[in-house]
Amino acid sequence: MYKYDSYDQRQVDARVEEFRDQARRRLEGKLTEDQFKPLRLMNGLYLQLHAYMLRVAIPYGTLDSRQMHALADIADRYDRGYGHFTTRQNIQYNWIRLEDAADILADLAKVEMHAIQTSGNCIRNISADHFAGAAADEVADPRPYAELLRQWSSFHPEFSYLPRKFKIAVIASETDRAAMRLHDIGIQIVQNDAGELGAAFYVGGGMGRTPMIAPCINPFVPLDRLVTYAEACLRVYNRHGRRDNKYKARIKILVHELGAEEYTRQVEAEFAHLLDQGVEPPLAELERIRGYFEDPLFETGAPEAIDRSDPDFALWVDRNTVPHKEAGYVAAVISLKPVGGIPGDATAEQMRLMADLAKDYSFDELRVMHTQNIVLPHVRKADLHALWTALEEAGLGSPNLDTVEDIIACPGLDYCSLANARSIPIAQKISERFAATGKTATLGQLKLKISGCINACGHHHAGHIGILGVDRKGVENYQLLLGGSEAEDVSLAKITGPGFDENGIVDAVETVTTVYERERHEGERFLDTYRRIGMNPFKEALYG
Amino acid sequence: MRLLTGNDLKTGAVTWWTGSDWSIHIEDAVDISGSEDEIARREEAARRVNVPYAVDAEMQDGTPRPSHIKERFRALGPTIRPDLTLKPADPDIGNWVI
Amino acid sequence: MAETLRYRDDEPVDHPAVTVDSFLDQSNASAVRIEPGDDARELLPHLERLALVEVNFPAFGDGRGYSSARILREAGYDGELRAVGDVLVDQLAYMRRCGFDAFEPDQQLDRDDVEAAFARWPEVYQTAADSRRPIWAKRHG
Repeated sequence: MYKYDSYDQRQVDARVEEFRDQARRRLEGKLTEDQFKPLRLMNGLYLQLHAYMLRVAIPYGTLDSRQMHALADIADRYDRGYGHFTTRQNIQYNWIRLEDAADILADLAKVEMHAIQTSGNCIRNISADHFAGAAADEVADPRPYAELLRQWSSFHPEFSYLPRKFKIAVIASETDRAAMRLHDIGIQIVQNDAGELGAAFYVGGGMGRTPMIAPCINPFVPLDRLVTYAEACLRVYNRHGRRDNKYKARIKILVHELGAEEYTRQVEAEFAHLLDQGVEPPLAELERIRGYFEDPLFETGAPEAIDRSDPDFALWVDRNTVPHKEAGYVAAVISLKPVGGIPGDATAEQMRLMADLAKDYSFDELRVMHTQNIVLPHVRKADLHALWTALEEAGLGSPNLDTVEDIIACPGLDYCSLANARSIPIAQKISERFAATGKTATLGQLKLKISGCINACGHHHAGHIGILGVDRKGVENYQLLLGGSEAEDVSLAKITGPGFDENGIVDAVETVTTVYERERHEGERFLDTYRRIGMNPFKEALYG
Repeated sequence: MRLLTGNDLKTGAVTWWTGSDWSIHIEDAVDISGSEDEIARREEAARRVNVPYAVDAEMQDGTPRPSHIKERFRALGPTIRPDLTLKPADPDIGNWVI
Repeated sequence: MAETLRYRDDEPVDHPAVTVDSFLDQSNASAVRIEPGDDARELLPHLERLALVEVNFPAFGDGRGYSSARILREAGYDGELRAVGDVLVDQLAYMRRCGFDAFEPDQQLDRDDVEAAFARWPEVYQTAADSRRPIWAKRHG
């Protein structure tokens, strides 16, 4: 994984001092809250429902054990002993004090971490495929491109006061494991017929109030023009994105209102102009970064055999390990979704354990999934039993990847001032219901996503089953949506009808799964059955 | 009744105006109907509170209970982690919030 | 009105800036003010007439002026480029990078804070409108 050189370190250190100075000026009254707010947001510091909340960046979801230990230490020293892994591969702390914030950033800087641009109207953390470097189907590891763009976007002087937030995702396979087309810019690294790598640019996707799937505006940008093209996309947005209405300020609205063709024309014109401005790093820089993402020293001929005599272990292997490009290896998924637990939360103790397990079993590397689990990307099959035993003991061994228990949930009204309804208790009740009825296994792949408000941080638009919490005359109410997908078969979920209360929604979810069980054909996932039979059978079952 | 609430600038803790000071305990909050803006402005300027605003509430069993569910969460904490709320030992606290 | 900060050696323009529409209509103004919604590229055919371009920031959160500035510098404009309005110390460094060489903030800025702001960044990651070499250029000589 990428390691800072002295240039990177100096930048992060400078940012810490800048923020320390800004926080001091705020506490002394030299900055009003209105003046301070955009500045603290650009360092990931929110004023939230209960306290300040700090969102720490985990670039493209990759970190090592030293960094995970540092995150655990921060949880203990400055927060309440836990952290929350988010749907953008970051981590959030909910109980931060402003007077500690600069020290936290300084602690992070010591381990090459930061909270730069994790909020605010600027370019946010760039996400990537959580199986990068392990997946057999990638044309390249997407992360060097994400790192190149991360540096380009950090402290960008022209794009730090955009109309709204800006989220970029990078993948390098036909299978989309990063919800690429639901981002402001989605990039897929592709290979042309001549075997050359290039970047397909998708611009104008997003969820939130008005979900949209990004159109492809350029199917092949040569790699030596990647930054220039991104710069062109951002400049057109900065100049022409709407600033009159916060709810229409994302680039998806601009692309939609101009039309993809006109937006593309403007980008191509800007791109042609920028080609002469020297904004592109030399390919040597990309090569330099790529050097950090070479394969670890895999053991050749690592044994393939797994002793499956323990049925619990066998179940975990079947569910939570994913085929690896290297023989004898798998990627292992650590579930942060224990039945009845809080999706995505981990205690400091659990973080330390995961860090140590990564060191022992995964070449000292971990990944945060946007689905709020943790990946150990390179585990020898021979080590799986020892790994699983340790995970089980720590409550991290739930064998539920991509099942109905593997729920994505935003923090919701328990933590978030934007929320209209609680999401976490709904997730807890649902996972408990299905675990109790023993249905998890029979339902197979079922991606359930819950958002506590229309901002859709829980990605409910992209759920096979989605739940949206709303406020109905001061009382929490939950809408049920079906048929969304964040993968390469991307689709937006549709609402079933009138909403339900907090108990009704759990029953409703069970009802639709019953319809699926009744109607499914061999090999169909819930999503496939829904797509084949349509909404009506589900509506009938729900509303009679 | 109207309560004045905000966050402590340094710690971020949710605070309630008691008539003379800011407390993290909503039981200490007083009715400030009529003088909201004046107190808010003064206290914010002195940096004794951050982003103050007024909310509706009703007395219930001797304690002000905000009318809006979001404010009840602010008063107490996350119901899914009773140990992190201001009333970790109270088994009924979820009902008070919801 | 607060003090104007100016980082040029030449004489400042001594008459007020006109709007973009006025400038395009008349032939004798040499100072123009760009509003956030104006298209800076409309000025490109007339750069040699201009000694001062003011870019208005009615609210510091509206970042269109940064693009306007860079576009002008990219086109070869080398007159005074002045950020006016809601300009706080915390925006100065980025503004400088986008080509601004003068600042007319609504509120007086603390001199020490201004100097600290300009000295803040030892390195830069990107090419912009200033002459600073990006980190990638230093890495690959």
